[in-house]
Amino acid sequence: MFEIIMLISLLLIAISSLMYIYRVIKGPSTPDRVIALDAIGINLIGITAVISVVLNTDAFLEVILLLGILTFIGTVAFSKFLEKGEIIENDRDQ
Amino acid sequence: MIVISKFIIGYLVLQGALLSLIAAFGVLRLPDAYTRNHAASKSATLGVISILLGVFLYFLIIEGQTNSRIILGIIFVFLTSPVAGHLISRAAYNKGVPLWKGSVQDDLKHHREKTNQKAKG
Repeated sequence: MFEIIMLISLLLIAISSLMYIYRVIKGPSTPDRVIALDAIGINLIGITAVISVVLNTDAFLEVILLLGILTFIGTVAFSKFLEKGEIIENDRDQ
Repeated sequence: MIVISKFIIGYLVLQGALLSLIAAFGVLRLPDAYTRNHAASKSATLGVISILLGVFLYFLIIEGQTNSRIILGIIFVFLTSPVAGHLISRAAYNKGVPLWKGSVQDDLKHHREKTNQKAKG
C-alpha cells in the first residue's frame, strides 16, 4: 500500500511536469517559459525525494539541496537578464 | 506505530503530489503571466515542502536516522521560491508583458505615472 502511494505520487508529479513542458513550448512570452522551467526544477526536487523513499536510500538527499540552489540561481540570472540586458554588471559602464 | 506513521507519511506525500498537479493545472489554464506565476510560485512551493516533510518523517521514524539535509532543503525552498517568483514577475512587468484583458486595476502603473510626473515637475 505504501509503495503504491509513493508510485502514484511519482505519477502525479510526472504529469504535472508534462503540463509545465507544454507551457514551456507554447508560452506566449519569455517570463512564462522561465516560470514553467522554475516550477519544473521545483518538481524535480519532489521527484528526487520520493525516489529516495522508493529506493530506500539516503544517498540522493544532497541532490535536493543542489537542485534548489541551482533553480534559484538560474531564475534570478534569467530575470536579471530580461530586466537589464546583462547578468553581471560592470560599474564603469555607467 | 510504524503503520500509523506510514499512513501519515503517505498522506503528506500524496498531498504534495496533488498540490503540484493543481499548480500545473493553474499554469496551464490561467490567462496571463502574472496569474500563472501566482499559481506556480505558491502551490508548487507548498507541494514540495509537504513532500519533503513526509520524506523527512519517513527517514526519521522508519529508518531511524535524522537527515538535516531535508530540513535545510525545506528552509531553502521556502525562502527562495517566492523570491524567484517576485523577481521574474517584476522582470515581466518591466518588459511590458500585458495583463489579462479582463483585469481592471493596475496600481503599479498609476504609481509609476505619479512618480514620473514628480520627477519632471
